[in-house]
Amino acid sequence: MTQKLIIIGAGMATGRALETLLETAPDAYDVTLFNAEPRGNYNRIMLSPVLAGDKTYAEIETHGAEWYAQNGVTCRFGERIASIDRSAKTVTSENGDVLAYDKLMFGTGSNPFMIPLPGHDLAGVIAYRDLEDTERMMALGPDNRCVVIGGGLLGLEAAAGMAARGVDVTVVHIMGHLMERQLDEAAGYLLRRALVDKGITIKCAANSKEILGKDGHVRALLLDDGTELPCDLLVMAVGIRPNVALAQQAGLAVGKGIHVDDQMVTSDPDVLAVGECVEHDGAIFGLVAPLYDQAKVAAKTLLSEEAAFVQKELSTKLKVTGCDLFSAGDFADGEGREDIVFRDPARGVYRRLVIENNVIIGAVMYGDTADSNWFFGLIKDKTDITEMRDTLIFGPAYQGGTPLDPLAAVAALPRDAEICGCNGICKGQIEDAIAAGATDLGALKAVTKASASCGTCTGLVEQVLAVTLGDDFVMPAAASICACTDMTHEDVRRMIKSQRLTSMPAVWQECGWKTSCGCHVCRPALNFYLLADWPLEYADDPQSRFINERKHANIQKDGTFSVVPRMWGGITTPDELRAIADAADKYMVPTVKVTGGQRIDLLGVKGEDLPAIWKDLNDAGMVSGYAYSKGLRTVKTCVGTDHCRFGTQDSTGLGIKLEKTLHGAWTPHKLKLGVSGCPRNCAEATCKDIGIICVDSGFQISIGGAAGMDVKETELLVQVASEEEAMDVIKAITQLYRENAKYLDRIYKWMAKVGLDWIEARVVTDQAERAALVDRFEISQSIYRHDPWAAHVKEKAKRYQPLARLDLEAAE
Amino acid sequence: MSDWIDIASLDDVPQRGARVVKTTQGCVAVFRTANDEVYALDNSCPHKGGPLAEGIVHGASVTCPLHNWVFSLETGLAAGADEGQVATYRARVLDGRIELEAAFLAARSAA
Ligand SMILES: Cc1cc2nc3c(=O)[nH]c(=O)nc-3n(C[C@H](O)[C@H](O)[C@H](O)COP(=O)(O)OP(=O)(O)OC[C@H]3O[C@@H](n4cnc5c(N)ncnc54)[C@H](O)[C@@H]3O)c2cc1C
Ligand code: SF4
Ligand code: SF4
Ligand code: FES
Repeated sequence: MTQKLIIIGAGMATGRALETLLETAPDAYDVTLFNAEPRGNYNRIMLSPVLAGDKTYAEIETHGAEWYAQNGVTCRFGERIASIDRSAKTVTSENGDVLAYDKLMFGTGSNPFMIPLPGHDLAGVIAYRDLEDTERMMALGPDNRCVVIGGGLLGLEAAAGMAARGVDVTVVHIMGHLMERQLDEAAGYLLRRALVDKGITIKCAANSKEILGKDGHVRALLLDDGTELPCDLLVMAVGIRPNVALAQQAGLAVGKGIHVDDQMVTSDPDVLAVGECVEHDGAIFGLVAPLYDQAKVAAKTLLSEEAAFVQKELSTKLKVTGCDLFSAGDFADGEGREDIVFRDPARGVYRRLVIENNVIIGAVMYGDTADSNWFFGLIKDKTDITEMRDTLIFGPAYQGGTPLDPLAAVAALPRDAEICGCNGICKGQIEDAIAAGATDLGALKAVTKASASCGTCTGLVEQVLAVTLGDDFVMPAAASICACTDMTHEDVRRMIKSQRLTSMPAVWQECGWKTSCGCHVCRPALNFYLLADWPLEYADDPQSRFINERKHANIQKDGTFSVVPRMWGGITTPDELRAIADAADKYMVPTVKVTGGQRIDLLGVKGEDLPAIWKDLNDAGMVSGYAYSKGLRTVKTCVGTDHCRFGTQDSTGLGIKLEKTLHGAWTPHKLKLGVSGCPRNCAEATCKDIGIICVDSGFQISIGGAAGMDVKETELLVQVASEEEAMDVIKAITQLYRENAKYLDRIYKWMAKVGLDWIEARVVTDQAERAALVDRFEISQSIYRHDPWAAHVKEKAKRYQPLARLDLEAAE
Repeated sequence: MSDWIDIASLDDVPQRGARVVKTTQGCVAVFRTANDEVYALDNSCPHKGGPLAEGIVHGASVTCPLHNWVFSLETGLAAGADEGQVATYRARVLDGRIELEAAFLAARSAA
């Protein structure tokens, strides 16, 4: 006797289940198919090509009216099932029809998640799930603006599809990089670059606050930072939730999704479930590959054949033309895991394999994904890769044969092959220069300019040297920043400027970093370089700073901190002293000490008390001393004309002015200044990074002093007549130092490399250059001249507290 | 079956950062990597007791803020030439919440 099968939902999973069922046993069931959408099965994942105009709806329909008729499926499209009575074995549809079943199959899919932002119910706020949503987006044209919340797979496909129609699209993503679940930062950076090239605006690390409307229709999205993004349509693509309401009502076992066993049977033996609405062994599903497996198993179960669903590795691809990416498996960092990273900056190619116990467990690829299936196969089969390790990253073409000798490849290049793209230098010119006696990289750079600009071709130039000179060639061992890269600080600084790299992932990619995200040596350096070169564009990364700068207090050997309020030019008042004394009492500061820079140091403050003590000091008018930063620390002064009988100028006043101008300035290393009122030099200005000695005829500015591990006297740079000019020269030196020196070089070390004359030419002789340096200094200071204490008290105080306290319960 | 204690939301710890959980036996540092993995370690460096929660996190490692020893977040072992190990505890993320294994508390109070 034919049994009755009722299916709820005509989605991708039930569609495949029906096909399998009807192919194997066309007469086993009398099937009724309900669908809330007013249509039958179609290929939902092809909605993106429909949106982009590459396909039509007709092309993505998988089962037409004819197919259902031929197979005797009763279709009730546009009709939702409202309830289920499992004891009576009936379903009730929206309009009240009651139908009996022998077997029931759930395939209700997911509901798109809508962030409950104020305004989310305005007209023009939609999800991206079905044909209706797609049509809403297709109705937009070049005069329209759209905001997409969510920089995952779905959000980006929506954005790219609309951008292809000329719509002005902005993607707002809460995380630091796009598709963070599938991609690491480096691949995310390349994807972003490609989407920006398509005219899409991308805002990462952006928090949506409110959806603004006008006459009940969406008008703009408001971000946390006050930015308003005007739009005619707002698409939310931030995730999905299994659609389980109906199953819950029916009393089935439901967790995140409807619980099913390996046979796709729910807690009721006559009810099956497939697709995004199920939960199997703790997992829920959002891609079609596993759903198709589930569908086949469900069909067999309905026919009482044996089958079991097994979860498999999944891979992801993005259906956006020109953005080839692939990711699979697990690519988190971990102990015992190794990375093989390959970057080809020129072609925009990035490949990363994560290996554990000689097996690939994860892969991320961007730009060239031709070999992705091969790698995916190695992941799924857990192939031992020991034998091919050296050439693995180059893909299947390099396996089996002898690994390519890179030198042989260079040797085979013709004389007119271009080696240095920036300067158009070809192999022949380099060979000629070598024959003429330029036998090391430095000499070659000087003679031919090869590798003297952006530096990416340095390796190639060295190989030409090696091939040409044979055994006479010794690879130079220029110290690289750290083990993550072969590049020197100077090379990286040049790349950041010449290639306009404005983010860390951009630097990692374009400079070929060998780790996924750097280390404690290179990250602080890169953070500084980026911030120095792009003060307006780059967002400082506190997690790449040493603790002293991250928490704006100096860490001590016992893990407590020291706090140094700023005293401009070393001047204080009785009120400030009282406030400092009160704070010291209140926070039980064990040691109060006067520093070498004429400030008061409160030593031994507990980390969690920091925001509170700062607030007290802020309230008394004091701000952060940066007494611990790679930036301006203090300006030491003498008493000058105010009180001293020898004083020639107001040295204290100049010190205060300098400190107020320079405070907050980040520099490659700490920066200390001193101003003395006469050559007696009571402020010891001649062993500071920048020292000023006031004399009757003006101000002598000298630089490059030190009184730390090295003791050095400053060298005279210039004498100027007016205080304004002295200020300008000092700003210009600071900016020049910031833009050029290697991270962690004090001025004297930098000076030893570039020479005092070079500095003098720029900040003294060339007036236009000095003015430009001063301008850039001011631009940077417009962002960074602020009190970090106040900001942290306001926004980050919570971070200073313990995450949780598990010591209280035990104390009861 | 092990018992897990809900500690806080994942977002309460910055990416590539850490915060501490106070217990009767001292502080445990809870780390979050760039890939949103979480790890829990004693907040005390075996070298000279540096607070690891204040270090720079890179990959699945942390560098002690006092003298730059590098420790694996997974095993607690010091990297390179340095020798030493920090106690590690089981931690996980479930539905955006950080959880620590209850047994670790018991182990700590027994210590
Ligand atoms: C734009 C887009 C692009 C995608 N791209 C990809 C991709 O590239 N690769 C990939 O693997 N996956 C992709 N996906 C995900 C994929 O489409 C889903 O995983 C898949 O469609 C889920 O199938 P399903 O059968 O579980 O649910 P669905 O296909 O969503 O079908 C569920 C159906 O049930 C109906 N329904 C719900 N409740 C009831 C009720 N009470 N009564 C009657 N009917 C009901 C719904 O109307 C719906 O039609 C994409 C999804 C979208 C939206
Ligand atoms: S440096 Fe000269 S002006 Fe300043 S306190 Fe000393 S003696 Fe007086
Ligand atoms: S001189 Fe050495 S010991 Fe003294 S404060 Fe400076 S770093 Fe510490
Ligand atoms: S205390 Fe950690 S490295 Fe010294």
